[in-house]
Amino acid sequence: QRKASPGYPLIQERPKWDNKAQYLLTCIGFAVGIGNVWRFPYLCQIYGGGAFLIPYLIALVFEGLPLLFLELAVGQRLRKGSVGVWKTINPVIGGVGIACLIVSFLVGVFYNTILAWVLWYFFHSFQEPLPWSTCPLNESRIDYNLECKKSTPVNYFWYRETLNITPDIEISGSVEWGMVICLASAWCIVYICFIKGIDSVGKAVYVTSTFPYLVLTIFLIRALTLPGATDGLLYLFTPDWQTLTNPRVWLDAATQIFFSLSVAFGGLISFSSYNEEKNNCERDAVLVGVINSATSIYASIPIFSILGFKATTAFNACKDENILALTNYFEFSDQNITLQNYDYWYEYLNTTYPEKFQSLSLRECDLQKLLKQSVSGTGLAFIVFTEAVISMPGSQVWAVLFFVMLFSLGLSSMFGNIEGVLAPLNELKLLPRWMPKELISAVICLISFLVALLFTLSSGNYWVEVFNGYVGSVPLLIIALFEIIGVIYFRGMKTFSDDIYIMTGRRPNIFWKACWMVISPLLLLVVFVAYVIVQAQTRPTYQAWNPDYEKFPETEEKLYPDWVFAIIILLCVVPVISIPLVALYQLLRGRFRKSSVGMELNPYDNDAFVTDTQEQKTQRA
Amino acid sequence: MLEKILLLLSLSLSVAEGLCKPGVGEAYKVRFSIKTALGDQAYPWNKNEMFLFRAALAFAMRDFTNGEEFGVSDIHPCNETQRVSFWFVVTRPKTMDLVDKGTVEMAIKKSRNRINGAFLLTDKTLEFDGIYPTLAAPVSPDTPPWLIVFGVVMGAVSVGIIALLVYPLVQRKLKKNMDADDEDSDEETGVKTAENGANDGIYNSTFSDDERFTQM
Repeated sequence: QRKASPGYPLIQERPKWDNKAQYLLTCIGFAVGIGNVWRFPYLCQIYGGGAFLIPYLIALVFEGLPLLFLELAVGQRLRKGSVGVWKTINPVIGGVGIACLIVSFLVGVFYNTILAWVLWYFFHSFQEPLPWSTCPLNESRIDYNLECKKSTPVNYFWYRETLNITPDIEISGSVEWGMVICLASAWCIVYICFIKGIDSVGKAVYVTSTFPYLVLTIFLIRALTLPGATDGLLYLFTPDWQTLTNPRVWLDAATQIFFSLSVAFGGLISFSSYNEEKNNCERDAVLVGVINSATSIYASIPIFSILGFKATTAFNACKDENILALTNYFEFSDQNITLQNYDYWYEYLNTTYPEKFQSLSLRECDLQKLLKQSVSGTGLAFIVFTEAVISMPGSQVWAVLFFVMLFSLGLSSMFGNIEGVLAPLNELKLLPRWMPKELISAVICLISFLVALLFTLSSGNYWVEVFNGYVGSVPLLIIALFEIIGVIYFRGMKTFSDDIYIMTGRRPNIFWKACWMVISPLLLLVVFVAYVIVQAQTRPTYQAWNPDYEKFPETEEKLYPDWVFAIIILLCVVPVISIPLVALYQLLRGRFRKSSVGMELNPYDNDAFVTDTQEQKTQRA
Repeated sequence: MLEKILLLLSLSLSVAEGLCKPGVGEAYKVRFSIKTALGDQAYPWNKNEMFLFRAALAFAMRDFTNGEEFGVSDIHPCNETQRVSFWFVVTRPKTMDLVDKGTVEMAIKKSRNRINGAFLLTDKTLEFDGIYPTLAAPVSPDTPPWLIVFGVVMGAVSVGIIALLVYPLVQRKLKKNMDADDEDSDEETGVKTAENGANDGIYNSTFSDDERFTQM
């Protein structure tokens, strides 16, 4: 909103939230993303089920909540976006804001590609039968397509018909036009929600942040009534206390909490800067953090019920196959061997006719082994879940609901990413004044779309994995570390406590102070160092879908070629290089300014009055 | 005469039984999974069902060979098991020549649906060992459904974007017009009051007729 009155220049009012609920829903939506649905349940499964909750909650309390509180407080008090606040605290650490800008942009580009994939599946869920339930025929129309027969229809639909993936990251292939259309749609939807800045975002989040909870509840009820759901849930939640002795578990818990809360993107700072100054940000931070973790746990219940259902269905299908083979071979009457008495007959036949039995080479049907097949990420959503949905009555409804839920979760996270790009851009004053915000948003969305066309190539999935693994990890840890150092040591604990006193009416208690000054930086440093060590130990590899691989349909593990490795290094370094660069620039400039001031003798200054120093200026700010 | 007929009959029967040898020559194996298909409504397998099978197969042969008069007696089953599976061979009508496997296979493929229907079974539950069912062609609608959904979603989004961009411009234009009208009416009233003031002024006669009183 710009106001112009005669005689005065254009005053630009800072945008404001219509009400507290919009602000909270936006922050919760930003924190709760697709990772809550497809990363947390996977971690729970591989790290001993219920036992994983302990390191997870400890990490939330000692690392997640302090960081969240810090960001919200800083944004609300200094009333600027991520570049402005760090410049205000001390121009030397102004580079942190620029790093946030670059990371938000890069993450936004690949994250929306995932949403484009979700849209593709959503569009294709309106068919009967679902396109991923059967194999297409091959050219001669006598048999099914070979690649599909060797793997599964679900795998074929994902790797071939959706991605048309190449066997290697070096083979780029061509642009997939279906995916380009979906990507354009995804960016258009992001644009329409962001067209009026937080005025439109604030209204969009009423839907995008609440709808996933509705769908999760529907899935919870449906999933709990499926056969085999209890097997899945038991498997998930049975705690294996042994895993707590593995340091990798603690590392992954701390890492997961950090990335799950979406701190260090700069978006949270911007969102809280649109608040009124006297707002209890301590309560907001605790609320957002707790709701984020609660959503992860809540989402894992239907996910695991459905995984249990899928394992049971596969188990029964395996047994049915064996029953048919036995019945045909031994010429028993039809339905003499059933699922119920399968075990008895199996033992009996094995002991009575061992050689004949062996000659049949029956498949080993093991429910535990099927339950152990753990998948995370795109594999969970587009392969495992879609396969489970085929076996559920009313498949189209469940598929549509699921993909709309994923899209809402991702869209509300995208708002934070875009805000983390737009607010710093405005503050850096790189753009001409005459550009309205609608045009700026359109330009940003267009540029992001053009960059994301890289991911619509046939090798696009491999590139998304590269971005996901390296942009969204190391730079964020570094930024968060500098944020804590910036606030606690550059602004000072005392000043910051005063800030919080002004905003909430009481100073932070000993718990927050201990976390900010010691525990959280230490935890972040340990996570960062351990992360780098673990990554540096082995040459990074990726899983390639290669139909010519001898162990197909297993994915082939390949090493990243050198040029991709160089790009990975660039992705880790370029976002954070602005921090030392800006620090250096400011230090040099400060030295020059000091020396130039010394040269000028001001005839009008008789030193009777002391001019404002930098610290006093920032203290009053 | 009677003895000759009896001799011929017994000869043909024994020849026929000799013809049907499991796994050899032109014999096919067939399997029925009635309980799997029909559950509670499964019918028991008996001689009548076997007769129906032979009739159905004779029909398939007639249909394929376009009129050659196969009869029930030309289908010879053997080795029936509890599974409900047995082997069978087909002979040409009026002779004992075996029909080759290929012809039988094509005849069965042509009339597969009719044979299945006679037994209320499907391709999976009435299995001819070695004859694979022709795969159903995938349904491909004229307009792919996903394009329709995409069109609806993108149409709504585009309309929304245009509306949100154009609406404030339109509003601003309307407001400008309204503001211009307001300013015009203000000027008019302002002018009016000045005139009114000039008109309403009280004529102060104290200083008016100076000439009347003093003329120096």
